[in-house]
Amino acid sequence: MAITADVTGKNAKNAAPRRRPRTRVLSFGDKVFLTVLIGVPLLALLAFVWLPALASVAISFTQWDGIGLSSIHWVGLQNYKNIFTNYPPFWPAVEHNIIWMAFTALVPTPAGIFLAYQLDRKIRFSRFYQMAIFVPVVLSTAVVGFIWEIIYDPDNGLLNSALGTNNPAGKHYIDWLGNPHLNLWAVLVASAWRHTGYVMILYLAGLKSVDPSLREAAAIDGANGRQTFLRVIVPAMKPINVTIIVITVMESLRAFDMVYVLSGNNGSKQGLELLSLLITNNTVGESPRPGYGSALATVLLVVSLAAIVTFLVQNFRKERRA
Amino acid sequence: MTTTTATNVPKATAPAGRVRSGRGKPRGLGRHVFLTVVSVGWLIPLAWALFTSLRSYSDTAEHGYLSWPHGLSFNNFSTAFDQSGMPHFFWNSLLITVPAVLLTLLFASAVAFFVSRFDFRFNIALLMLFTAGNLLPAQVIITPLYKLYLQLPLPSFLSGSGYFYDSAFGIITIHVAYQCGFCVFVLSNYMRTIPREISEAALVDGAPVWRQYFQIILPLCRPAFAALATLESIWIYNDFFWSLILMETGDKRPVTSALAGLSGEYFTNPNLIAAGALLTCIPTLVIYLVLQRHFVGGLTIGASKS
Repeated sequence: MAITADVTGKNAKNAAPRRRPRTRVLSFGDKVFLTVLIGVPLLALLAFVWLPALASVAISFTQWDGIGLSSIHWVGLQNYKNIFTNYPPFWPAVEHNIIWMAFTALVPTPAGIFLAYQLDRKIRFSRFYQMAIFVPVVLSTAVVGFIWEIIYDPDNGLLNSALGTNNPAGKHYIDWLGNPHLNLWAVLVASAWRHTGYVMILYLAGLKSVDPSLREAAAIDGANGRQTFLRVIVPAMKPINVTIIVITVMESLRAFDMVYVLSGNNGSKQGLELLSLLITNNTVGESPRPGYGSALATVLLVVSLAAIVTFLVQNFRKERRA
Repeated sequence: MTTTTATNVPKATAPAGRVRSGRGKPRGLGRHVFLTVVSVGWLIPLAWALFTSLRSYSDTAEHGYLSWPHGLSFNNFSTAFDQSGMPHFFWNSLLITVPAVLLTLLFASAVAFFVSRFDFRFNIALLMLFTAGNLLPAQVIITPLYKLYLQLPLPSFLSGSGYFYDSAFGIITIHVAYQCGFCVFVLSNYMRTIPREISEAALVDGAPVWRQYFQIILPLCRPAFAALATLESIWIYNDFFWSLILMETGDKRPVTSALAGLSGEYFTNPNLIAAGALLTCIPTLVIYLVLQRHFVGGLTIGASKS
């Protein structure tokens, strides 16, 4: 491959490789510089992200006590068979991840979009409203966990104090984070508190970039507010919509910190099992099983890659065509 | 900045629902009531944490947490700050965040320069590799990464432990490797908007590629750097997972991860937990409030590229 620099195209988007009226062969020094430029970050990415990702897949077919490399031996699909049939927290974790995703897609995401639509007007105090709703996004998810911990605390928390259900001897004592039927929903509320602002700010930026003449044309054609939004604004914001879908899916798969904190810093509370927590427990937990952890990681990797590839194809389609 | 569309739309054709002075007033009022309720509701968790942290434990123990306060003070903050050694953890955070952000921006700008200013055939694949790497959940790679960190040696001046594991250098490394993807994505989109004529002029003048990079492209990317630096500082500071798993010594952990250990050891009541959590938020809140424009800008350049 000839290493050449395109110096004539107006910009990358319309500079197709084939039309290059004037190209310039790079000097030796330029080539060395470019190799170093790309080499160091690429090496870091491959060594610390992609190599471990592939190693996860490889280790998932082995049994390993995690100590010496000599103790690794191939067991084929045994780990998968075990986690599917003989590992009690697995299916609850899958269920919780799915609930997490569905809830995030159905509650905070539409709420964020709705709020963005309400704020995309010339109204007073808009900055205050935006800031209030966006502030949780700036906080660490772990800190969000601590903040909600003092709300959900069964004896002293805001929620039980306000409901009058904070008497351990009473009939209506609610242990929000301990009750396996409630705790996932309690955590999801905390997560929604953060996610709504995130979606809102992204969507608001998208709405501001929509060409005003589109709304104008819709109004002239007699579309009402709802029609304008659904038929004109939403389709015009396809890139943002894709981004929001990807963020919603990925954040649901990545969820860890908040649950770790809210489940009392060990991440294995009944009702709060998640794939990310099971992987971590099998890596650094009390009885680590790297084989299990990696098989779980591979499951998560496959699901994530499906979402990531969809996003990348959507995003880079234009460039590939160029 | 609020909305440019309203002023461009002639009044007669303004879409239904748009607030107009005079006639639209009741509607606008309803919207304000709604947004005020939502905003205030959104601030309740933080307000509750602040309220709890400002009360003494004896007060809350006697009267309950949801009660009229008998004296508010910053005592819990000073206790949390002094007793648990929080200054030390803040220092750890700084030692990790600053180099990690600078290196991420340096490396990401290099990759972005490479993929956006040249037409090598594998550029798109490269860009996808970086972007996809950033999107992977951290837990997908943690098992092998943990083992790798335990094995990879480091010279003792970089790591007290002699390995990537349990060292600030190791944490910086994984942050850089991971966060590069997002920054490459944003920066390459940004660099594409810089006209190629600028590089052409430099080449005609005989400037080598390194001068193009350092003296032309990097200075032109200053707005994108400002946005990304703000965003990445907050993200890296907020990280909980990497230092929780890849660091063993509690004393070396940055403040966000240290909080988990502190909450069991020193912060024995909700008042202190609230104070500790709020202290941890202060740097991010300050950065966000001061550099709000850059923060939101960084998020939206990344998201709204078309």
